[in-house]
Amino acid sequence: MQRIGVFICWCGSNIAATVDVKRVAEAIKAEPGVVYSADYQYMCSENGQQLLKNAIKEHNLTGVVIGSCSPRMHEATFRRAAAEAGLNPYMLEVANIREQCSWIHKDMDEATEKALILIRTAIAKVRLNTPLQEGESPVTKRALVIGGGIAGIQAALDIAEAGFEVDIVEKNATIGGRMAQLDKTFPTLDCSACILTPKMVDCAQSDKIDILSYSEVEEVKGFVGNFKVKIRKKARYVDEKKCTGCKVCMEKCPSKKGLNEFNMNLNNRTAIYIPFAQAIPNVAVIDPEQCIKLKTGKCGICQKFCGAGAINYEMKDEFVDREYGAIVVATGFRPINIDAFNEYGYSDNADVITSLELERLMNAAGPTNGVLLRPSDKTHPKVITFIQCVGSRDVSGCGKPYCSKVCCMYTAKHAMLIREKYPDTEVHVFYIDVRTPGKNYDEFYRRAVEQYGVDYIKGMVGKVYNENGKLMVQGSNLIDNEQVIIPSDLVVLATAIEPEPSVRKIATLLTASIDTNNFMNESHPKLRPVESPTAGVYLAGMCQGPKDIPETVSQASACAAKVIGLLVKDKLKTNPCVAHCNEMMCNGCSQCANVCAYGAITYVDKEFRIGGGKTEVRRVASVNPAVCQGCGACTVTCPSGAMDLSGFSSKQIMSEVEAICKR
Amino acid sequence: MDKTEMTEIMKEISGTDVRKCMKCGKCSGRCPAYKDMDIKPHQFVTMLEKGKVEELLNCSAIWNCFSCMACVERCPRGVAPAQVIEAVRTTFTRAQNNNGLAAEDIPPIVDELIPQQLLVSAYRKYNK
Amino acid sequence: MQEIKEFVPNIVAFCCNWCSYAGADLAGSGRLSYPANVKIIRVPCSCRVNPMFILKAFQRGADGVILCGCHPGDCHYVTGNYYTRRRMAMLFDFLNYMGIEKERTRVEWVSAAEGARFSQVMNDFVKKITELGENRRITDLRVKEK
Repeated sequence: MQRIGVFICWCGSNIAATVDVKRVAEAIKAEPGVVYSADYQYMCSENGQQLLKNAIKEHNLTGVVIGSCSPRMHEATFRRAAAEAGLNPYMLEVANIREQCSWIHKDMDEATEKALILIRTAIAKVRLNTPLQEGESPVTKRALVIGGGIAGIQAALDIAEAGFEVDIVEKNATIGGRMAQLDKTFPTLDCSACILTPKMVDCAQSDKIDILSYSEVEEVKGFVGNFKVKIRKKARYVDEKKCTGCKVCMEKCPSKKGLNEFNMNLNNRTAIYIPFAQAIPNVAVIDPEQCIKLKTGKCGICQKFCGAGAINYEMKDEFVDREYGAIVVATGFRPINIDAFNEYGYSDNADVITSLELERLMNAAGPTNGVLLRPSDKTHPKVITFIQCVGSRDVSGCGKPYCSKVCCMYTAKHAMLIREKYPDTEVHVFYIDVRTPGKNYDEFYRRAVEQYGVDYIKGMVGKVYNENGKLMVQGSNLIDNEQVIIPSDLVVLATAIEPEPSVRKIATLLTASIDTNNFMNESHPKLRPVESPTAGVYLAGMCQGPKDIPETVSQASACAAKVIGLLVKDKLKTNPCVAHCNEMMCNGCSQCANVCAYGAITYVDKEFRIGGGKTEVRRVASVNPAVCQGCGACTVTCPSGAMDLSGFSSKQIMSEVEAICKR
Repeated sequence: MDKTEMTEIMKEISGTDVRKCMKCGKCSGRCPAYKDMDIKPHQFVTMLEKGKVEELLNCSAIWNCFSCMACVERCPRGVAPAQVIEAVRTTFTRAQNNNGLAAEDIPPIVDELIPQQLLVSAYRKYNK
Repeated sequence: MQEIKEFVPNIVAFCCNWCSYAGADLAGSGRLSYPANVKIIRVPCSCRVNPMFILKAFQRGADGVILCGCHPGDCHYVTGNYYTRRRMAMLFDFLNYMGIEKERTRVEWVSAAEGARFSQVMNDFVKKITELGENRRITDLRVKEK
């Protein structure tokens, strides 16, 4: 039988004015198990806490109930005091007789009666409390960043700055991501490469950052502070340590018909290639689908010409096993496939292009060296029509239901840049709404209209068709209520963006949740926007939702702050109020693992004695206390009642219910 | 029948949720009969939403719509303007008694405009 | 003969620690009163509430049970309140079938900022239950006081 002490706080007059504290303290003495009861003006004061400590020692209390303000206010205070007196802090419960009693009721009898019931309820719970120990788990002081775009680069640089080692795993041959493909950035119109490439170089030069390019995460085990990750280093057929990036191989390679992904397939590249001039690492890679030597065994020209002897056709995928304390997901985005939108004729007309293709056409390092020439006949387009919301805000099934957020701004940027560079060009923009929230964003868009004379037409395009070499863009002008047909030379589609599809695999590996649009879920949409619900996994950039570069960089730095906060700890304290499984009752049905939002539950085969000297192996659930957050979803789902939650066990809550219902 | 009731009936017949419209005008951008429509496809949706049934019933656009369904096909929000037009048309014909339109009941203004699109609509209407 | 007393319902409220319990605290600090017969049990998440707890409450003579959680999409534990919503929809249907009126059971979403809403929900719920009168459908005969 527990020896329970009850302490009633007056809270000055906050409680004592409506609750007869003396009467409560007196009446509660009669409760079974209660060996001590007292009332005091301010329990949370130094003296009040001393009273609690003394009573625990003097009366050898095994459980304590404090009738006071909300446990959200002072539970931690009282538990600390109890711990100082040698009592397990989880043997203390708070009955909320201020916020939920004295403050809301006026009648003294009524309030006193309710206070008594609330305290009896807490006593009923304390009777079933068990001492709980906070667990500890070590922290591996190294972080993994998945994705080497601007989000991953920024997060890695910030973490490295704090002195921790970081690995960037990038599936492409170079880091840089989508931002490296952009020409200029809004709203300042500074050159994307000029602000990105120094950061890429910083990554390469940092002794804390290890770039694993052309690699993918293959397997993730473990939990916060202790992730064990297997990384596949794909065979690039070029020795990274030997290659000097001299590009002789690219000059000599006879297979020149590969599509250049970096230039959005607008021109060709050789089978052995460096994606772009500022690539990091500046090391060639061989496309095995295209390489004549790898396909037929005959060629080997690059090997012959490579002065560094870096080419190795025998190279195989390698696996690297690393341990990490925290993981940042920064997998980024891609434009959606718009073949389904046949009204815009993207697949049929070379001169209907996406915005990212236009970025490359306008880029000085792009296929046209920065001269805007339309793809079909390499002439300068005189009339250019932009169509916004291609695939965004579309619930018809072809597109995405969300707003892609960046299109309004980059379309204004494109329109403005074209009018600036080629003032003889006519630029039209079809829009549904122009959305420009952000610092200097609306001013930027207005500048496109007012200063550069871009023709914004409110309405959507119904079809684009080719007539005598002109692209006829037929749409409605909703303001003038008329249908317009604009004969254009070039049509640019502001394509919706979607998360890079590899994020699905990553999310599954990390047991992090993903929404219906394949964006990673954050732990709380307002208050924990960079943390995934899986402890130790953080989200940066487009993988979490559409955002522009400034927002991506801020989120990446926020991720880094969270990661640093985690890695500076030597040990992680774990919340002891977590789920646990009664293995004797568990039937291994997996229901609990299915409802767990954190992936805290795994299954293990265990040997059990079944009498007569025999044993049997059964599959039972096992909860990782470092990962479990203690929500209790599994306890209700468990059909055999094997799952229970420490601190809020089924028996405890049942007894609380009984105490309340007792009349 | 009062206006609100009429609006509700038209909405029901159309089987489409007019509130889903985000006013992008893609329907009108695609409409092949646009020139001959005194009320444009996108306006049908907004006007029904606002309950402007009298204007809708008195327009000539319901007789000029080809019922080609291009607007339905192109709508990014799953609204069906052609079905709204059809609903207005059906409401009009029903008001002419017995779910049918006798030749002598056709208003003179519509007479010369009556093209084959009515055949298409009538086919769909009476062959269900 | 027994004295005829005005019926005062006994109501059990389960509140999740992160939203509704905080909302109840806010109602308290704002002195927004609701009847004293509502007693709150703190649970980490609304999804911790086992249907058994609710059955137990009715069995022991509760006249109404209300379950409060974070608004959908705002759950501290990401998806907890979605489980609650589904589970309770089924349980309440089942209880209705057994004769416990649907009005006696309720799920409400109350955020930590909605003190006024908490008090309003409780007042409304108590009013409904008072109109319905005493619940005696599944009271356990073994525990019934004579």
